[in-house]
Amino acid sequence: MSREARITLLVLVAVVAGAVVAFGAPHVLSDYFVRIILLIALNAILVLALSLSNGFTGVFSLGHVGFIGAGAYISGILSIPVQQKMALLPHLPGFLHAFSLPFLPATLVAGVLTALLAVVVGYPLMRLSGYFVSVATMGFLIIVNVVLINASDFTRGARTFTGVPLETTLPWVMGWLAITVFVLARLVYSPFGRAMKAVRDDTIAASAVGIGVLRTRLIAFVIGAFFSGVGGSLYAHYLGSFSPNTFYFALTMSLITMLVLGGMGSLTGAVVGVICVSLLSEVLRSVERGFTIGDFAVPALFGASQIVLGFIFILVMIFRPKGIMGDRELTFGSTQRSATVNQTEERKR
Amino acid sequence: MTQLDYILQQIVNAVSLGSLYALVAVGLSIVFGVLKLTNFAHGDVMMVGAFGVALLVGIGVPFPVAVICGIAAAAVAGFLIERIAYRPIRDAPDVARLLTSLAVTYIIENVGILVFTSSPRNFPLPDILNTSWEMSNGAITFTSINLLTIALTFVSLLLLGWFITRTTTGLGMRAAAEDMSAAHLVGLNVNRLIIVAFIVASAYAGLAGILWAAQAGVVQPQMGFTPLLKAFVAAIIGGFGSIAGALVGGYILGALEIFIVAFLPSSVSSYRDAIVFAVLIAFLLVRPGGLLQPNREIKL
Amino acid sequence: MATPSPVLLSVENLEVNFGAVRALKGISLDVHAGEVVALVGANGAGKSTTLRTISGLSRPRGGRIIFDGKPIGGVAPSRIVSLGIAQSPEGRRLFGGLTVADNLRLGACTRTDKDAILRDSERMFMLFPILKQRLKQLAGTLSGGEQQQLALARALMAAPRLLLLDEPSLGVAPLLVRHIFSALAELKRQGMTMLLVEQNITLALDLADRAYVLRTGQVALSGRSAELRDSERVAQAYLGAAT
Ligand SMILES: Nc1ncnc2c1ncn2[C@@H]1O[C@H](COP(=O)(O)OP(=O)(O)OP(=O)(O)O)[C@@H](O)[C@H]1O
Ligand SMILES: [Mg+2]
Repeated sequence: MSREARITLLVLVAVVAGAVVAFGAPHVLSDYFVRIILLIALNAILVLALSLSNGFTGVFSLGHVGFIGAGAYISGILSIPVQQKMALLPHLPGFLHAFSLPFLPATLVAGVLTALLAVVVGYPLMRLSGYFVSVATMGFLIIVNVVLINASDFTRGARTFTGVPLETTLPWVMGWLAITVFVLARLVYSPFGRAMKAVRDDTIAASAVGIGVLRTRLIAFVIGAFFSGVGGSLYAHYLGSFSPNTFYFALTMSLITMLVLGGMGSLTGAVVGVICVSLLSEVLRSVERGFTIGDFAVPALFGASQIVLGFIFILVMIFRPKGIMGDRELTFGSTQRSATVNQTEERKR
Repeated sequence: MTQLDYILQQIVNAVSLGSLYALVAVGLSIVFGVLKLTNFAHGDVMMVGAFGVALLVGIGVPFPVAVICGIAAAAVAGFLIERIAYRPIRDAPDVARLLTSLAVTYIIENVGILVFTSSPRNFPLPDILNTSWEMSNGAITFTSINLLTIALTFVSLLLLGWFITRTTTGLGMRAAAEDMSAAHLVGLNVNRLIIVAFIVASAYAGLAGILWAAQAGVVQPQMGFTPLLKAFVAAIIGGFGSIAGALVGGYILGALEIFIVAFLPSSVSSYRDAIVFAVLIAFLLVRPGGLLQPNREIKL
Repeated sequence: MATPSPVLLSVENLEVNFGAVRALKGISLDVHAGEVVALVGANGAGKSTTLRTISGLSRPRGGRIIFDGKPIGGVAPSRIVSLGIAQSPEGRRLFGGLTVADNLRLGACTRTDKDAILRDSERMFMLFPILKQRLKQLAGTLSGGEQQQLALARALMAAPRLLLLDEPSLGVAPLLVRHIFSALAELKRQGMTMLLVEQNITLALDLADRAYVLRTGQVALSGRSAELRDSERVAQAYLGAAT
């Protein structure tokens, strides 16, 4: 079976399995497990969106959570019911008061506007490389946070933004996850995907063979931002209420942990990372609330789960810097290194 | 109150704030110089210094002794962070090390929250440091902690200037910052230099943390994060890795922030931090070596 | 030499890899005390890698480096300087933001004997008088020739028993090259042992007692300078490397 066929088959099976889970799970599993599956799928969208630039193009952004926040607020503002808007956001410009969008269009608009924001931000920033692009995108994240806190006509400032209809159900998330996986798999294993990896592995060599480095990075950044915006919208409609600090360093840290743990150059790796970290956090969170074994009571240790995640992150950095999957994809029967990576490695030799 | 008095008052404020940024930025630059690492945990080392003082004064230790112990605790914390977290990944790519330092911050702050909760606690200041002084019939006020900040910054930076221009270790630190393999070749013990750099930088962070907490009146586990980010901007403005650059950047940033708040309408000044980070991005794009290292090239 | 002096440095079968690149494929050479040995060869032959490995900057993958009877392969660079090997590296690698005086001071950073250090700096000013006039100037603002002299002086300030020189004529005007090589000849007269990497074969063979010709990480040829000077085979070794 050819590599492309294998990937296509993988995507197909994933989509079918996703659909079965999406519509089947709520009938079989308790709400608690449905919620965990939903969160895993939602985080998978966010981490996959992040992997496009951070993993495949070698532009390690610390600012994607800014896009997620933007998507969440944009979609929230658009979809709060008209009656509530007046009360919650009295200073919105008039035309925004006049209507409210259903979930799907609001999500699409959030994705598109976020992507446009990424064009504006990325056009200058994608010129930077390595360490400096990380720092600059982190600056972007902070700027978004300050704007969300201060643009209180639109965001209620530091107060909780509330009133967003709770419409994010498992089928919705699974549907968007399927689209994300499909688009990314098509992209990453296409000639453009080879360009991305060439840019990542050696910018000079890439531009020598005529690959537009800025263009390639920008496209990866913008597509990633689109799905971040979409994920933000799903997040908003899952939480119902949130504040600017929901989309700040803590979320950044947890998404990056998932990505790095799973392996940065692999789509399945990203998903594996999400599953591992999500399950682990879930376990840790229940530990954190305190429990008793026999007569022995373990007190609540709030924040312990973050500490453990931080340690896991550092241990991964020290002992397995390429993550669980590295550049390999999990496909049927074998784990294979992606062909393009092999080629570039050989070229280096 | 006259216009002139108002301006003078703002200058006092700017120098005081700039001093704090300079103190933090200098430490960041020292570490960046020898390791090419952005040490986000530097902010948490500030927190260690400030908490050390708060806890010691709480159990009755005299303030000056507590300050010295706080600075020492910060130095030890910096030493341990280097030893445990950074040394194993010294040869990893820049981004991996940046992320590790973020993770270290994340761990320390959460441990802080676990132990001390995230609510602020009072930072005990002796009365003598709580008095304020007035000039021009009260038009200009500065507290003694303002003055102490400025004076201590001045003295400690003179000390640092002596250290990096007169001692072999200090010269070696600058040499290693410029060219690591040449530093090896002349026989500098780079490992030792890195340890010294962390200890010195962290002692400065400890002092900065104590002064910061004294000005704010409270300590809190995440108190180091904002000053750290600001000092980072300051260091980039001046030229990251350059100690003189960190100083210049610190005072420029202090002045910029005070200027934004004092002279711009509140609709603009509430975006102060956004402006500050926009300045950071502008520097990265246009003049990545900062003011003092104009020729550094980092772009494509 | 009539009575061969003891071997100061002996490199046996040295192998160094960079990832998959085999930079040195088993090099052996000896340097006797008081001797000047030249290491020549085409670009990429592995000359700098040999010196860097002797100085401890690269880890050998195989083989041994023995200095004064002790194995030093894989030993920390600062320790190697203390043992008595100093290097003036390719491209000078001065600390450009530090003054000339501070560069010299760091050259002596492994030493504690203040008086001897002072005497040595006086010696440097005799060898390279220009440095005395430039003491307070930043090293980065010196001319190329001055920088090369400072790089030599910085290495000498470690009071080495073996001096490794990597292309001391690189980027230096012909007149100054003559000056630098006469300073090296003076050092040789004083008994300094040197291992010299140099692209200018004529100059190198004039100064050196013996020479090794490297080709793609291996010793292609070796012998006394006088013999090699007239040998067709040196040229061949070069041409062979070029293809
Ligand atoms: N750090 C490194 N990483 C990878 N390859 C290296 C490294 N240093 C040297 N090499 C390779 O090792 C080989 C020998 O290099 P070296 O610098 O020793 O050559 P050289 O003889 O000094 O050449 P030149 O005359 O140009 O200075 C070259 O093929 C070079 O590309
Ligand atoms: Mg060379």
